Amino acid sequence: MTAILEQMSILERKPESLAGVPEWFSESRAEGWRQFLELPMPARKNEKWRFASLGNLQFEGVMVPPEAKGEGHYGAKGLEVRAARFGFVNDTLVESESHVPEGVICMPLRQALEEHSELVREHFMRQETTLGSAKFSALHRANVSTGMFIHVPAGVVVEDPIEVFHWLEGENVVAFPHTLVVVGENAKVSVVDYFQSDSKVKGSWAIAVNDLAAAEGAQLTYLALQDLCEEARMIQVNNTVVGKDATAKAFILNAGASWARQESLSRLAGTGSHSDMLSVSIGREGQEYDQRTFQHHASPHSYSDLLYKNTLYDKSRTVFSGVILVDKEAHYTDAYQTCRNLMMSGEAEANSMPGLEINADQVKCSHGSTSSSIADGELFYLEARGIPPREARQLIAQGFSVEVISRLGNEALEALVLSFASREFDRLVGMGN
Amino acid sequence: MSLIVKDLHAGIEGTEIVRGLSLEVPKGEVHAIMGPNGSGKSTLSKVIAGHEDYVVTSGSVTLDGVNLLELAVDERARAGVFLAFQYPADVPGVSNANFIRAALQARMPKGEELDAVAYYKELYARMDQLGMDRKFTARSVNEGFSGGEKKRNEILQMMMLDPKYCVLDETDSGLDIDALKVVAEGVNSMRSPERGFLIITHYQRLLDYIQPDHVHVLAGGKIVRSGGKELALELEERGYDFLKEEHLTTA
Repeated sequence: MTAILEQMSILERKPESLAGVPEWFSESRAEGWRQFLELPMPARKNEKWRFASLGNLQFEGVMVPPEAKGEGHYGAKGLEVRAARFGFVNDTLVESESHVPEGVICMPLRQALEEHSELVREHFMRQETTLGSAKFSALHRANVSTGMFIHVPAGVVVEDPIEVFHWLEGENVVAFPHTLVVVGENAKVSVVDYFQSDSKVKGSWAIAVNDLAAAEGAQLTYLALQDLCEEARMIQVNNTVVGKDATAKAFILNAGASWARQESLSRLAGTGSHSDMLSVSIGREGQEYDQRTFQHHASPHSYSDLLYKNTLYDKSRTVFSGVILVDKEAHYTDAYQTCRNLMMSGEAEANSMPGLEINADQVKCSHGSTSSSIADGELFYLEARGIPPREARQLIAQGFSVEVISRLGNEALEALVLSFASREFDRLVGMGN
Repeated sequence: MSLIVKDLHAGIEGTEIVRGLSLEVPKGEVHAIMGPNGSGKSTLSKVIAGHEDYVVTSGSVTLDGVNLLELAVDERARAGVFLAFQYPADVPGVSNANFIRAALQARMPKGEELDAVAYYKELYARMDQLGMDRKFTARSVNEGFSGGEKKRNEILQMMMLDPKYCVLDETDSGLDIDALKVVAEGVNSMRSPERGFLIITHYQRLLDYIQPDHVHVLAGGKIVRSGGKELALELEERGYDFLKEEHLTTA
């Protein structure tokens, strides 16, 4: 492992210092680098990387690219109605448009560090990364130069979603997308992160961190749409803290990348807090999605519901590891966890590791994982209506994902996710699936 | 122009169930097939539709001269045969409206798109006719539907797809009398000189509402008696026991 490390540029090269940022931020970056050097690389015997294809952790020649120039050229059109739209190419801001309500801070992290340094400091990377990628969180912390800072003060409702585009460009580059969302008491916001790239990103990486905090009575919706080209890889660490009577909804779509790993932790910190953790992954060829989740019930009367669905074509592969932890104070907890795999090929592979630890009374918990292929009877029914087998399989596969997508409960966001999923399923039909 | 089944032998997993069945349903006529459990009624419907588990060992099925047995399931449907299922499948996450739309789109020439406005107008009219609430357009196909709702949904699809020959497999099973009447009215409204019907049923009850032109009795995998609609009444009175006396069956 050491021999390989020496060739990995981003892993051996101390990040250059950033001009014009507060001292605490420079110190945080330096601390990130120290932690990164101390922490071990993931190893096979590490339970948090069980079933993972560690060979994907290839960083040879991967560098932080020079500042991108010119205008953004994003793959996605995004939403027609939005509160704000920001675009980054290789972490360089290329587009900003915002008409958020008064009092809302919605700006690139770099700008927020200048204008709201203490507020950012209060919330910036406060959650420990516990699901396996602590080393990469540290690498992110050491290198992060911008991202989005969204702060919604108490009582303010941002009706339309805020969109953030992260575009990756060039071979062997790395970006560190960062999205920090803080929602005040009884405030409401939804944020969509797009992770996309051009088609020539061989060896490139996105190492993203998203920290989400919902205060008492707040409503927070977060979507990560991972649609990178098949030659890119991604690690995303997502931490959510849900306060008293607050609701957090997090959705992850995997439609691209050769390998993507997402670690999602939702901490139900307040009484009556509610967390929905949702994901749809559509794998093909040799794509691999590795998802680790943690539902941490730290307060009574809290509710969490996780639903992950994977549709796997060709030789694609998934790993799902989900833990529900109910603290001894967290009585009257409801916690559910379901991972379903629809196997579209005999060569696809799904690995599931559900886990449950309950230390409280009066708890309703369930976890389940299933893998199945399309039922013959279902396919026959569609074909008997004149729908050709390929289209029939596509309709059924898409319908399988729709159950998750419809849980978003927002027409515009559902249509957005569905447009990505449909495009992916159309492409699969075109490829002869 | 007819749906013709000629000396059909077919079965499942090596067991022959249909044993030399012959039948002709000309356009414009309604034929009923009645028979006890295990007589081969459902096998016949599955063979006509093309279910891959059912193997035809000899005989033929033609639709207006086209050899159905050479066509795939979806091709048969587009050629004009419609099977109303006894147990329609659930299709989670696919709305009824999108499902029927996909079926209609599959019948369009390549590159042509279905007119969405005209489609919904037609869909709503047919749903009104069947007393189906509009909410069924957005609901997933058959998911959480009651038995009666599923059967109405079958008739709705049948109406929308405008087939040349309709095969109804035990459509009356699990229906209360009101639902039965609605379903029967739907079928009756579709009767035309251009369309043939094959109605498979265990009970005579459905035939009170859909008057057949001909009734056939299926036993042991073949037609053992044919007659007019009065044959159904006779069966109702005497039951299927008489078959044991008149025709020793192996069913």
